[in-house]
Amino acid sequence: MSDLAIPAEIKYSVDHEWVKVDGNSATIGITAFAQDQLGDIVYVELPPIGKEFKVKDEFGVVESVKSVSSLFCPVAGKVTAINEGLNGSPELVNASPYEKAWMIKVEIANPAELAGLLSAEEYKKLTEGK
Amino acid sequence: MLKTTPLIEEHKKLGAKVVPFAGWEMPVSYKGIIAEHNAVRTSVGIFDIGHMGLIKVVGDGAFDFLQKVTTNDVSKLALNQCQYSILCNEAGGAIDDVLVYKMPMYCLVVCNASNFDKVISWLSFQAKSFNNVSVGHYNEYSSLALQGPRAEELASKVLNVNLSDLKRNRTLWWRDIIISRTGYTGEDGFELMVSKKEVVKIWQMFIEAGVEPCGLGARDTLRLEAGLPLYGHEYDEETTPLEAGYSWAVKFDKGSFVGKEALLKEKESGLKKKLVGLAPEGRQIPRAGDNVFTGEDLIGKVTSGTFSPTLKKAVALAYLNPQEGQLGNSVEIEIRGKRIPAKVVAKTFYKR
Repeated sequence: MSDLAIPAEIKYSVDHEWVKVDGNSATIGITAFAQDQLGDIVYVELPPIGKEFKVKDEFGVVESVKSVSSLFCPVAGKVTAINEGLNGSPELVNASPYEKAWMIKVEIANPAELAGLLSAEEYKKLTEGK
Repeated sequence: MLKTTPLIEEHKKLGAKVVPFAGWEMPVSYKGIIAEHNAVRTSVGIFDIGHMGLIKVVGDGAFDFLQKVTTNDVSKLALNQCQYSILCNEAGGAIDDVLVYKMPMYCLVVCNASNFDKVISWLSFQAKSFNNVSVGHYNEYSSLALQGPRAEELASKVLNVNLSDLKRNRTLWWRDIIISRTGYTGEDGFELMVSKKEVVKIWQMFIEAGVEPCGLGARDTLRLEAGLPLYGHEYDEETTPLEAGYSWAVKFDKGSFVGKEALLKEKESGLKKKLVGLAPEGRQIPRAGDNVFTGEDLIGKVTSGTFSPTLKKAVALAYLNPQEGQLGNSVEIEIRGKRIPAKVVAKTFYKR
């Protein structure tokens, strides 16, 4: 699994989502490790803009050929944007998990919660510890 | 403790994702399910199916015995031919669906990995009322499946054998390999029963010849597109072969067999449920267990669903009550609490 990227500059959740923080906005997607475990992604369901989530709320689902997985919100907040492109091209989650396949942007409700996320190094340990 | 086929190290070398399946440690995919699926539809792929149960039936009473425990007519089998059949219980429910092979010295029953223990004990129990029949594990062989439009070309080349005259459901002994023109993908192809001592070598020869290694993930999407049933999904002990759409493999005119009375009764009084294909709208994928409705009425359940790599859309098999299960009917599938419109269609989503 060592060849799967874990960029150092972003944060991670134990549920294999990544979080890129920019001011009070967080961009969220799933990690390279997660997409590799799931295999070919064929459907991504995202929430409507404006919907509010608490930490660990299910914000959507991602389906591979074989299975359905819930997406859990790693930070609380209101959805300000969703990646419409994933509707027609869910395979982007496999091809570009950290860039083209970002899933949602949220307005961060409580910046203090960000401290609960994992660093790249901690996330790497989590994926290797399996 | 999971069982492994002789090929487990080969799978790991090829980078396979290996998962527990029916008590076996098996590759689910190598490159990716969709790429493997497409290789079988357009070229050729090879599967390790060493988990399939191989059961040998020997003795003078073997044919009478198989005639009694299976639904199809073994008297129609020529030497070196096989037939699809179902082992039923007295209520007509499927204990397993199998292939029955008539070989020169004995018969073989190929059953599902998940049912092997159950099938061998059921057959052994039934064999007690026959003189001169013995049932045993055919343990020296492990199976491979070579599937796809280029299967004949590659099998001929790699094994140096002429297969152009080998018809569907016929077998050929070639050195120590039983080559059978059968498969579970909806494509042309072969299943090879290979001595366990040779199977690693044979596998490697096909891989070196450029045949795509394919896992259980692609095996499932391929069989589902072809509308082929999988035990535990489309079959169980409460489901009859008539309901699954296999009345052609139930031969009422062959004499007595286990389950005959119950199946005859069902045939006369009408089926309780019927296996159909469902073509849902949109990209959401129905999964096994999803309920199917028309209006407020629950009319059935999805048994298998997937994304079809060939059609590039969701497909599903479902048991519906027969009135609602007519081709062309509009129904709704409840997927994660939402109703998705779908049409009842033929089970064979893909035909070559």
